[in-house]
Amino acid sequence: MLDRIIAGAVPAVRAAPLSRRGFLKLSAGAAGGLMLGAALPVGRAAAEGAAEGLATPFVHIRPDNRVVVIVKHLDKGQGTATGLATLVAEELDADAAQVTTEFAPANTALYANTLMGVQGTGGSTAMANSWQQYREAGATARAMLVAAAAETWGVDPAVVTVAGGRVSAGNNSATFGDLAEAAARQTVPGEVTLKSPDQWVYIGKSFPRVDVTRKTEGSTGMFGMDARIEGMVHAVSLRSPRFGGTLATLDDSAARAMPGVIDVIRLPDRATVIAETTWAAIRARDALVAEWDFSAAENRGTEELRAEYAALLDREGTQFHAAEPTGREAAQVIEADYFFPYLAHAPMEPIDVTVRLDGTAATFWTGSQIQTLDQNIGAQVLGIAPEAVTINTLWGGGSFGRRAIYDSHYVAEAAMVAKAWLDAHGEARPIKLVWTREDDIRGGYYRPMHMHRVRAGLDAEGNIAFWQHRVVGQGIMLGTAFEPFAVKDGVDSSSVEGLGESSPYAIPGWTADVHHPRVGVPVLWWRSVGHTHTAYVVETMMDELAQAAGADPVEFRLRYLADPRARGVLEMAADKAGALPEGLTRGIAVHKSFGSYVAEVADVRMREDGKVKVVRVTCAVDCGVPINPSNIRAQIEGGLGYGLSAILREEITLTEGEVDQSNFYDYTPLRITDMPEVEVHILPSTQAPTGIGEPGTPPIGPAVANAVRRATGQAVRELPFSRHGLA
Amino acid sequence: MITLTINGARREVSAAPDTPLLWVLRDELGLTGTKFGCGVASCGACTVHLDGVPARSCQSAVGDLEGVEITTIEGASDAAAKAVRAAWVEIEVPQCGYCQSGQILSAAALLAGTPKPTDADIDAAMEGNLCRCATYARIRKAVHRAAEIMEG
Repeated sequence: MLDRIIAGAVPAVRAAPLSRRGFLKLSAGAAGGLMLGAALPVGRAAAEGAAEGLATPFVHIRPDNRVVVIVKHLDKGQGTATGLATLVAEELDADAAQVTTEFAPANTALYANTLMGVQGTGGSTAMANSWQQYREAGATARAMLVAAAAETWGVDPAVVTVAGGRVSAGNNSATFGDLAEAAARQTVPGEVTLKSPDQWVYIGKSFPRVDVTRKTEGSTGMFGMDARIEGMVHAVSLRSPRFGGTLATLDDSAARAMPGVIDVIRLPDRATVIAETTWAAIRARDALVAEWDFSAAENRGTEELRAEYAALLDREGTQFHAAEPTGREAAQVIEADYFFPYLAHAPMEPIDVTVRLDGTAATFWTGSQIQTLDQNIGAQVLGIAPEAVTINTLWGGGSFGRRAIYDSHYVAEAAMVAKAWLDAHGEARPIKLVWTREDDIRGGYYRPMHMHRVRAGLDAEGNIAFWQHRVVGQGIMLGTAFEPFAVKDGVDSSSVEGLGESSPYAIPGWTADVHHPRVGVPVLWWRSVGHTHTAYVVETMMDELAQAAGADPVEFRLRYLADPRARGVLEMAADKAGALPEGLTRGIAVHKSFGSYVAEVADVRMREDGKVKVVRVTCAVDCGVPINPSNIRAQIEGGLGYGLSAILREEITLTEGEVDQSNFYDYTPLRITDMPEVEVHILPSTQAPTGIGEPGTPPIGPAVANAVRRATGQAVRELPFSRHGLA
Repeated sequence: MITLTINGARREVSAAPDTPLLWVLRDELGLTGTKFGCGVASCGACTVHLDGVPARSCQSAVGDLEGVEITTIEGASDAAAKAVRAAWVEIEVPQCGYCQSGQILSAAALLAGTPKPTDADIDAAMEGNLCRCATYARIRKAVHRAAEIMEG
């Protein structure tokens, strides 16, 4: 069913990204149209602004002197709201204290991610695609404030200055709020001049996070889970224990008799309890008695899948990289097979979405990460126009990829429930659908399980003579709306990114192919996606080869790194790590992902019980212009913590198609006791900014594995470490 | 009806006695600062103080809590909680922030009893609080900073 819905939503996905020129026109239209009412459907935020002050698609200046930055992306902790606020405040010369943010409504024409073509957040692209757009928005608003001041005071605009949230000329001085109404009447400038880097007061320095104070006070109203809509009821679903199963029989009599239960809605592959409270819904869900039809389900377990993947490792796949053969003889050959399990994202806020369907219009409240898809797929399910669907994006309580859903499956689920509710009851009520942690851990959309095989040779001088590489794993984007963009000649880039052309290395004689087996376990991008396994394989093999060649691990890598930025982070991390403390062992790794370069040096101690303790990690990062250094450090700290969590103890396994894990007692993420001290060094850069949410994740696994191998002689090629008693 | 004392105020609640405090706070009383993360006392997102001691509200039945002083993130305002909040903002601890109500209440309880905690004290007190954003390094720094703030 969902397949058809997604197919219907695809044309919207392909909405052309706006050119910069197009943006300026639209921006002008929206700002100029301010007094013309709702000429453009910019939604709630603009509608509020229309009554007061200057409103453009990306920034509103209110008479109360607030600067409201309209955030087109989801902020789920990665700091994007602050980053966009920084860009606007910089060009506007605002005072940081007057700046707040609001999430944009769903409006692909205005708010598309210019690197994705849809309104969405992912691939660590938020700053990269907004860098020009949000600075221009700030500069445009500034020019309109200046024009308003010049008009009000009867002076030449050239003598008007703006600094720290004040507009001045001679003895005249005003706040932004004082000039907001007059600014709204000014002509939108066709061209704006952006500051040069030497004029920056916030970019590359500091700008306070816009969200931290509220997040220390209970974050009231920020997260979807906390949405409280008048008249709301609560929903929890029972879903098939195997992916692709359907509901054969359902006995809901006991559940319906429980206190607080309002209804049980039966759908083809699930049953949803509607109750007065979340707890009543959870308890009644436990009382449902269901039988399932698994005839079309994925009934294989991890061991069966692994055996099939291993068989594919022996067969040639679809080639995606072929460097020139070196013609050199190998004096030594290392062969290795690697295994990477399915991984759950397990964001701290489980999945939730609140929906209200009033006949022909619907509103969703959720941490929407691809608003275009959530809006279109919600509309398809409900049989209404996308314009009739309002998406209220709320802060995400983590995502790591989980809320960037190519099939909007939980928005679709909520829509189906809302439709069934309205059909049955004839009265619109907001419904909050909550996934429990068990639903989340067992609910699929995992980092796909992968296997790799590498056979690499060193010549007599200890240089790489060849490197044969095979990858086996489900392609994330095969069969989704994203297939046309990310699957080329049968190769899904999400499985092989970080290898071949997209590796920072030019490895002599490197050939690589891939198999994408069809498996019924839903898979999804998981913080740094394919780099989670490709970097591990390349960087652990590189380390084994360096040692076999009798070479220094940094020097050996530098032989194959032509890119000066990759060399720069590697050399800086190695240098800053300094002398190795007594009793510790060191491992290093470097990788490029999402346009950014990160090297990490892990100093580990092997404990008496044989487990590894990562004591300290020294990082160097080059992500172009460092917009907000504190947030870059936070993302590298968190990104490597997320990667460390995965390699130590995380794995999703299946037995006869059913997921074996269910909650944080058997899917066990990193705790504070596992967290190393982290030092982050940021390379200065004048290049356009690139990603920071994900690039900290790939290097930590191989850096730690390399340290462990150098300490113990054991090469960990099957993850997680807990399978070997190392964690 | 069950009478609870929450953030210093008496509240009558209609939930059954075996209902977890978490859901009474969130759904009946609208105190959503206490978060649902796992429902099985494995993540600490739902941490509250019961007579000043950190506890998991998802495993605390309201029927057992009459006469107990319940403090949630909305009402945590003693010197330790204030210092922790100030340090959290200064060091920019939160990323997604979903776990931070629980982190802050665990940290405040630690500081109330151990004004100068070591890293080992911090790890022991905070081990029950998961953070998928892995803000742990900053949490350690911020607890030390809060201790300084409390010292004045």
